[in-house]
Amino acid sequence: MANKLDSKIPSGSIEDKWTKSKFDYKLVNPANKRKHSIIVVGTGLAGASAAASLGELGYKVKAFCVHESPRRAHSVAAQGGINAAKNYQNDGDSTYRLFYDTVKGGDFRAREANVYRLAEVSANIIDQMVAQGVPFAREYGGTLANRSFGGAQVSRTFYARGQTGQQLLLGAYSEMMRQVDAGTVELRTRREMLDLVIVDGKARGIIVRNLITGEIESHEADAVVIASGGYSNVFFLSTNAMACAVTAAWKAHKRGAYFANPCYTQIHPTCIPVHGENQSKLTLMSESLRNDGRVWVPKAVGDKRHPNDIPENERDYYLERVYPSFGNLAPRDVASRQAKYRCDEGRGVNESGKAVYLDFADSIKRLGEDKISERYGNLFEMYEKITGQNPYKQPMMIYPAPHYTMGGLWVDYNLESTIPGLFVAGEANFSDHGANRLGASALMQGLADGYFVLPYTLGNYLGSTKLEKVSITNDAFKAAEHGVKQEISKLMNIKGNRTVDSFHKELGNIMWEYCGMGRNEEGLKKALQEIPKLREEFWQNVRIPGDANYLNVELEKAGRVADFMELGELMCRDALERKESCGGHFREEYQVDGEAKRDDANFCHVAAWEYTGENKASVRHTEELKFENVHLATRSYK
Amino acid sequence: MAGKTLNLTLRVWRQKGPKDQGGFVDLQAKNVSEDASFLEMLDAVNEELVSKGDEPIAFDHDCREGICGACGFVIDGEAHGPMKSTTVCQLHMRNFTDGATLTIEPFRAQAFPVIKDLMVNRSAMDRIISAGGYISQNAGNAVDANAILVPKADADEAMSSATCIQCGACVAACKNASAALFTSAKISHMALLPQGQVERKERALRMVAAMDAEGFGACTTTGACEAACPKDIQLTNISRMNREFLVANATKREKHSDGGAG
Repeated sequence: MANKLDSKIPSGSIEDKWTKSKFDYKLVNPANKRKHSIIVVGTGLAGASAAASLGELGYKVKAFCVHESPRRAHSVAAQGGINAAKNYQNDGDSTYRLFYDTVKGGDFRAREANVYRLAEVSANIIDQMVAQGVPFAREYGGTLANRSFGGAQVSRTFYARGQTGQQLLLGAYSEMMRQVDAGTVELRTRREMLDLVIVDGKARGIIVRNLITGEIESHEADAVVIASGGYSNVFFLSTNAMACAVTAAWKAHKRGAYFANPCYTQIHPTCIPVHGENQSKLTLMSESLRNDGRVWVPKAVGDKRHPNDIPENERDYYLERVYPSFGNLAPRDVASRQAKYRCDEGRGVNESGKAVYLDFADSIKRLGEDKISERYGNLFEMYEKITGQNPYKQPMMIYPAPHYTMGGLWVDYNLESTIPGLFVAGEANFSDHGANRLGASALMQGLADGYFVLPYTLGNYLGSTKLEKVSITNDAFKAAEHGVKQEISKLMNIKGNRTVDSFHKELGNIMWEYCGMGRNEEGLKKALQEIPKLREEFWQNVRIPGDANYLNVELEKAGRVADFMELGELMCRDALERKESCGGHFREEYQVDGEAKRDDANFCHVAAWEYTGENKASVRHTEELKFENVHLATRSYK
Repeated sequence: MAGKTLNLTLRVWRQKGPKDQGGFVDLQAKNVSEDASFLEMLDAVNEELVSKGDEPIAFDHDCREGICGACGFVIDGEAHGPMKSTTVCQLHMRNFTDGATLTIEPFRAQAFPVIKDLMVNRSAMDRIISAGGYISQNAGNAVDANAILVPKADADEAMSSATCIQCGACVAACKNASAALFTSAKISHMALLPQGQVERKERALRMVAAMDAEGFGACTTTGACEAACPKDIQLTNISRMNREFLVANATKREKHSDGGAG
């Protein structure tokens, strides 16, 4: 089969590519726009902003989410901030520098053209969000405030206390609700996408389950946008919300959309450590804390003294020691690995030995408790509620946890997948972050895709593609509906002995152990034996009480875990094939002094997997990455 | 952080669906870690129910970080439980005593019909937002963000109102099931910012009308909402909403038809 990976990167200089594209794209005249319908799956930053802007343009949009309200999408939980190359601080920022930092931060595994466009529209994102009432932090004179974030040496991060994601999502959500009121966006909440419908080789609709009534519904459209977020919940314990799943993207993958770089998962360095067996998820402490917090462990192995009793000269501020120029602001993958090393050396704190300190004592001395509380108050309160300890009086304890997934459905420059008419936005696609995501860039990408990229590229698709009329009575819809119903009845009829969560936890342990912060050939091969066994047991022994014809939480979870099992296997295969270390993918065999050792000669490419059928091996395709502007170099933060 | 464990009796509201009568059922929660959150305690109870082939207790929850606003029910008569400024997902078991009996029931309000057990339908709040909880700003051509200065005090106060997570605890805590705190927080957020001025009056009129149309009760300023709010949304927002509404109502102009030039 021919390789479908045509990245469609426009010609010309990196600075002109997007401008030129916007001119070259086909237009749809305003009177014709309302004749086109578009489905948007997911209503986080990418989905809500896409639905809002497409609705504004006049298209008929149907937006779907699993939540009871679109404003609950997990974008809501992002704390620290959003980057933009505004150079308001006069510290030397520019579109090019944001582009440069992001390409380098992604360990040269992102596509240059996409990243440049992201940096280019970043300034518009801030303008747009401020204009729609997002209350970003301000200086006394009324101008916007900025702070710095991991992986950057300039202050380009805009923030709204410790709830930037919440405020940005409220902005995008309210713009979408404006379109709901205007009648251009039709909102369907508590719906889960369970299949993608393809007619004549093009994405023409979706099958969803109404989570309240259990009803299976078909919805047709001229194009489909998937903006359903990331898949960190494959690890069971992660910072993702409970409903975050790979299901929508995975079903599209099974219908022919390639899945790119699944092994690139981000392990965030500052999470509250695991406390016990019954823990359901991990809570992130914003990376912005590393602006004023200093990370350390005791110098002596097994030093169990109270942190306040350990004198200064017996502490190892290891990030400042190892990375003097970035210090506590080293990028996430680097900071996470360093925490792991310290714990592996036996210098971890907490009863489990799996934690390091994040200490604010110096900053409180320098700036006063009031200033620290103004900057991070809600995070400190959250920490105290969860752990019962007061971080103003003693250092926080933190440990890395799965947080964000840089892999996702493969898309070209237009955010179109390998299925014509299927577009993918935000965390659900793979495109902009490479092997590691720098702080404050996920919110930027979600909004860039939804507000500033899709409105153009989707228009181009609709303006240049001949689309026959389809209706949900078409055979393709009937067949997909039938398949979905069969899978549900198969799950309901297993009537086994084990709960869905017990399978999910076991899968999560395998993934964390063998495909987590460090991976090696032996472990990955072991995981590739264990996951199929677990999957087989799942399909014979899972227990789902109740029935499928009304709200059934266990059934919802079972469908998601079934997809995580298949994805988990693909992640391990991808990790095994990528015989190099880069960003969040750290193969233990490939390192120099504990730092990731990339292999540009053999792996300077995107790996995109093609699904070939049940119990058949997926096929690996590659898209070569060319670095014409930021030259391939070893990442160093020293 | 492995600490003590607790044994609790839970009197839980079970209701199969919106038309079902519903009632309390006693369940035991054994060996609960004091480090577990309230929802993790319920997860453990649910695992046991599922293992026995029974249906788990349905409750809404998602981020479990106190920010998405999905979770929320009433524990011993208090929305989100006994801790001040805390969502139920951030309520930890170390705040309860061993051997206690806890009564758990859904948020109750005419505008929030029960879906199942502790899960209610709060989409009325989305409809209030779509009636005017936005600034009409099309994507793509906004002016530079620093072109309009916003005094820090105003930005901070707008931010404080904007922290509402739309959980509905204010409605559940109110004897009239009023949504005034929620609606007023959104009206305040936008009325305090320069960007929100153009639509300020229309917004107040439309959102208040939508709130009434959804069947929420009237505000009698008892302050129960403020006390139950996990995000410390202040009662002053309601005063501001009332003022915004009165001014808008008093100065309302007749609508003209929108005919354009030829």
